[in-house]
Amino acid sequence: MKNNIIEVKNLTKKFGSFTAVNGLSFNTQRGQVFGFLGPNGAGKTTSIKMLTTLLQPTSGQITVDGKDAVKNAREVRESFGIVFQDPSLDDELTAYENMEFHGVLYKVPPAVRKARIEELLRMIELWDRKDDLVKQFSGGMKRRLEIARGILHHPQILFLDEPTVGLDPQTRNHIWNYILDLNQKEKITVFFSTHYMEEADRVADEVTIIDRGKIIAQGTPASLKKKARTKTLEEAFIKLTGHGLRDEDASGIEGMRMMKKMWRR
Amino acid sequence: MGPIYIMWLRQLKRYVRSRARMVGSLGQPLIFLLAIGFGFGPIYQKAGGGDYIQFLAPGVIAMAVLFTAVFAGIEVIWDRQFGFLKETLVAPVSRFSIMIGRTLGGATVAMCQGVIVMVISVCFGFRPHWGAILLALVFMFLIAMLFTALGTALASQLNDMQSFPLIMNFLVMPLFFFSGAIFPLNGVSPALAVVASFNPLAYGVDGLRAAFGGTAFYGMGTDLIVLGFFCAFFLGLGSWLFSKIQI
Ligand SMILES: Nc1ncnc2c1ncn2[C@@H]1O[C@H](COP(=O)(O)OP(=O)(O)OP(=O)(O)O)[C@@H](O)[C@H]1O
Ligand SMILES: [Mg+2]
Repeated sequence: MKNNIIEVKNLTKKFGSFTAVNGLSFNTQRGQVFGFLGPNGAGKTTSIKMLTTLLQPTSGQITVDGKDAVKNAREVRESFGIVFQDPSLDDELTAYENMEFHGVLYKVPPAVRKARIEELLRMIELWDRKDDLVKQFSGGMKRRLEIARGILHHPQILFLDEPTVGLDPQTRNHIWNYILDLNQKEKITVFFSTHYMEEADRVADEVTIIDRGKIIAQGTPASLKKKARTKTLEEAFIKLTGHGLRDEDASGIEGMRMMKKMWRR
Repeated sequence: MGPIYIMWLRQLKRYVRSRARMVGSLGQPLIFLLAIGFGFGPIYQKAGGGDYIQFLAPGVIAMAVLFTAVFAGIEVIWDRQFGFLKETLVAPVSRFSIMIGRTLGGATVAMCQGVIVMVISVCFGFRPHWGAILLALVFMFLIAMLFTALGTALASQLNDMQSFPLIMNFLVMPLFFFSGAIFPLNGVSPALAVVASFNPLAYGVDGLRAAFGGTAFYGMGTDLIVLGFFCAFFLGLGSWLFSKIQI
């Protein structure tokens, strides 16, 4: 088995004349927890959509578990589970039905499916609401259900696009512990994007920071902090991107941009 | 349980749970039966056509199937907007089976509406020959599959509901009105006859009418063949376009 479960080479996506993802190259190792960081509009979701065969790259190559994501999209879909950034539940179905639908589509054997749905719904504390329509759920409840659903079939790779947005701190911890446990026990590779730097610092083995479609920095959280000479990943992130997380205004940061160039490989 | 079955089941569950929609979509066929049926009935009879309700009812049943089917197909746009489409598109299942499953589901729903309208028509005096009811169901099913697939094909090219009125007014309405659902095709102007001959619904209405015991214009065999051909074509087109969806 190859050690890199995801290999990305010169990945580019253009929407008309706008380049959302611009020549990304990176590898994710099997069993790794890989953080994909960047400010709003950096191109994280667009990249994840291409990795998960929902969007065709303009150019570049993606190999997932040894298979080409464009030519062998069907096979690639066998190897991952994904929690999208945007809602993706069927509001007219119950929590249980949403889970079951997923289990059937992913060919989880009935007995395993039943047991696992119960385990997961209990984990996210929605077991007693399993027969309620999803449209009656709060935002956080829906989010928890989406995460549980993404895990249901124990994929080889789990993509999580800002999975914990809108969740309270305890729930966030609880869910991350469950995911990290799966990562340990089942050797599931976790590929996630987030805005919470302390979260990335805590769970990621390796992070890649992108901005405006390009890679700015790559490495372990510790090595990035060391490079940027900061105490926290948050500070390192600000130093590296030249602006804060949700600060889209790029004016007056040219000096910082110069600095950013130094970090580019 | 396979992916086709679970897609089918989902469409059905959504139908059963939205009573308002179920009842709402009966309004139009009811108006046609009442206003057109009873309004034009006397003239039709005077002109020697016989009992108009016997003629009109299959057309109105076909209409209920047509509208529900196109709508079921168009629902892909909603799934895209509410995000659920993504969940089905990343599944390790061929997109063909996803499309077939949801089309079968939509078609089943459309057939249910057709059967309900058939029962209502009977209340208004429609007296079909029950002997060929199975054949009538086959025609309803073909109409339902064809137009759900057409709706899916259209929806896979659209991002939002903005063009929905366009589809209703420039596709679905003309399909219905130029199909011979409300007037007999024999004796119409040649131009209209040519238009109808390119309209798949014309064969659906004709076949349905014949199965219920009325007189066929094209002949039931022709109806079956043409309808089957169109159905296969739109299923192919729909699943091809569906498999190409990017989000
Ligand atoms: N379908 C599309 N058409 C045109 N532009 C798009 C499309 N999808 C994304 N973009 C643009 O691509 C850029 C990257 O968007 P993307 O959603 O990948 O960012 P992101 O890193 O996920 O941001 P966020 O943290 O806000 O989720 C943005 O400028 C966005 O406007
Ligand atoms: Mg995003």
